[in-house]
Amino acid sequence: MRSLLITLRKQWPFHILLIPAVVVIFIFNYIPLYGLVIAFQRYNPSMGFQSPWVGLDNFVRVFSQPNFVQTIWNTLFIAGFQIIGGIIVPVVFSLLLNEVRKALAKRVFQTVIYMPYFLSWVILAGVMIDILSREGIMNTFLSSFNIGPIPFLGDPHTFRWTMIVSEIWKSFGFGTVIFLAALTSIDPSLYESAVVDGAKRWKQTWYITIPSIMPIIVLMSILSLGNILNAGFDQIYNLYSPIVYSTGDIIDTYVYRLGIQQAQYSVGTAVGMFKALIAAFMISMSYYLADKLAGYRVL
Amino acid sequence: MDVVLNYRSPSRTVFVVFNTIFLSLTAAVCIIPFIHLLAISFSGSSAVAAGRVVFWPVEFTTVSYEFAFRGGKFLPALWVSIWRVLLGVIVNLALIVITAYPLSKNKDKVFGRNIYMMYFVVTIIINGGLIPTYILVTKIGLLNSIWALVLPGALPIFSMIIMMNFMRGLPEEIEQAAMIDGAGVFATLFRVMLPLLTPALATVGLFSVVSHWNDWFSGLIYMQDSKKYPLQTYLHTLIIDFEEVIRLAQGDTAKILAYMNVRTGRAAQLFLATIPVLIVYPFIQKYFTTGLVLGSVKG
Repeated sequence: MRSLLITLRKQWPFHILLIPAVVVIFIFNYIPLYGLVIAFQRYNPSMGFQSPWVGLDNFVRVFSQPNFVQTIWNTLFIAGFQIIGGIIVPVVFSLLLNEVRKALAKRVFQTVIYMPYFLSWVILAGVMIDILSREGIMNTFLSSFNIGPIPFLGDPHTFRWTMIVSEIWKSFGFGTVIFLAALTSIDPSLYESAVVDGAKRWKQTWYITIPSIMPIIVLMSILSLGNILNAGFDQIYNLYSPIVYSTGDIIDTYVYRLGIQQAQYSVGTAVGMFKALIAAFMISMSYYLADKLAGYRVL
Repeated sequence: MDVVLNYRSPSRTVFVVFNTIFLSLTAAVCIIPFIHLLAISFSGSSAVAAGRVVFWPVEFTTVSYEFAFRGGKFLPALWVSIWRVLLGVIVNLALIVITAYPLSKNKDKVFGRNIYMMYFVVTIIINGGLIPTYILVTKIGLLNSIWALVLPGALPIFSMIIMMNFMRGLPEEIEQAAMIDGAGVFATLFRVMLPLLTPALATVGLFSVVSHWNDWFSGLIYMQDSKKYPLQTYLHTLIIDFEEVIRLAQGDTAKILAYMNVRTGRAAQLFLATIPVLIVYPFIQKYFTTGLVLGSVKG
């Protein structure tokens, strides 16, 4: 105890510096954890946390709704394909971009494909709604090949694919830059000895390039597992409409509509909590695997 | 290196040609939507309605931009956003620096360092979720206040980790020299360290700018008064219901309606909102990869 006091006396400025962050995180990240109790109550805003306890009623109610299972399936479907495409497309692009020998051209391509990543889904949704509408250029373009019109945003079956492809479109530039960085760090002497052994470009790619970036591919795949329940609230909320709820409603949009728009706080919190539990498990698992398999640590 | 890569063969030439064409097409897919948007925003409503606008304005007019700056709520929302970005970035950077500094020390120098670290990092995995956070912000009276947009995310943990790793990479001698000259912890941090942190500050600062500028959701849930909507939230309402915005517009409505329709008006405002991102984008791109590398450095 005495020694602790002595240490603290010497170190107090460090602890003073930490106080603001500790307080802010406590208020905005830890107190809401207490708020999770309303998942077990029939929350009434005027009574607050003194609302009557109902046990697991809210969970039972949620799980027994037919569209809840569908919502989970939609989330996994959309997120799953977004993740798979979000790995494959950038890997292919970084390999192709790596073959471009003109530095300027390489930089221009990189800059252009990277751009949508920095724009908000609100703006991109606005752009997409214009382009993909019945009268938009996409359908005008397709009609010149006698295809369509395709209701990209107005048909339950097409909608989820629109969400998958557009998410990949928004973020593949970002992934490409990561893999490209990995490619440039491959030891050139590997290629030199491969050439001596008579390997052509294709063999070099297959036996040197791909194995060399495999660790980072594995790492990116594992880390994206933590996102398997995030199919993109911003994207879907800005683009969907009641017509496509059947395939487009994901857990996050469901929680928002139920919890905030219809003010069913308890039910919404129950859904959110269910999602958070699985997500916490998935994220911990992905970090654990990333450490074990790829030696990656956040801290 | 050159020996390996500068060989020529017929199949290589074919590949290079196809690769260049393919990459150019992909780059076009990333940039064409924005060029189209720009063309629409400067076109007359009848030309747009007739589908005659592709990449170049038809019946050139600036009425949509005039509308944005005079009739609509674009400018007030822009001011809210600018104010929010300023406030948000200052708060973010201040908290990131003062928190990362003690945490960059090992646990012998700062008692309980690993406990503090856990306390912050756990919030990435476990959180109360949407509804409890919403209830909290409401209860502490932040509804309709700009602080509701700034405080809940006041300390971005990933940015803090990037800063922490950056600080660890600085030579220890600098600090030791300052300490020997009689500088305390605060003086060392603010007078000696701060100037050295510029690259890391630029990196996490740009992350902050982009995330505050692009956020629309907190504006939507925490601002009940639509006059206080930040730009992206206003754009979100615009995407959902722009007829309403035109109907409520003041001024010479007849003239506006003759030259502007939903699509041209929306395009103009969406384009205006992308300009700031396009301006900071070259800087972001430069620092982003640096940030990623910094973030993955093991501590």
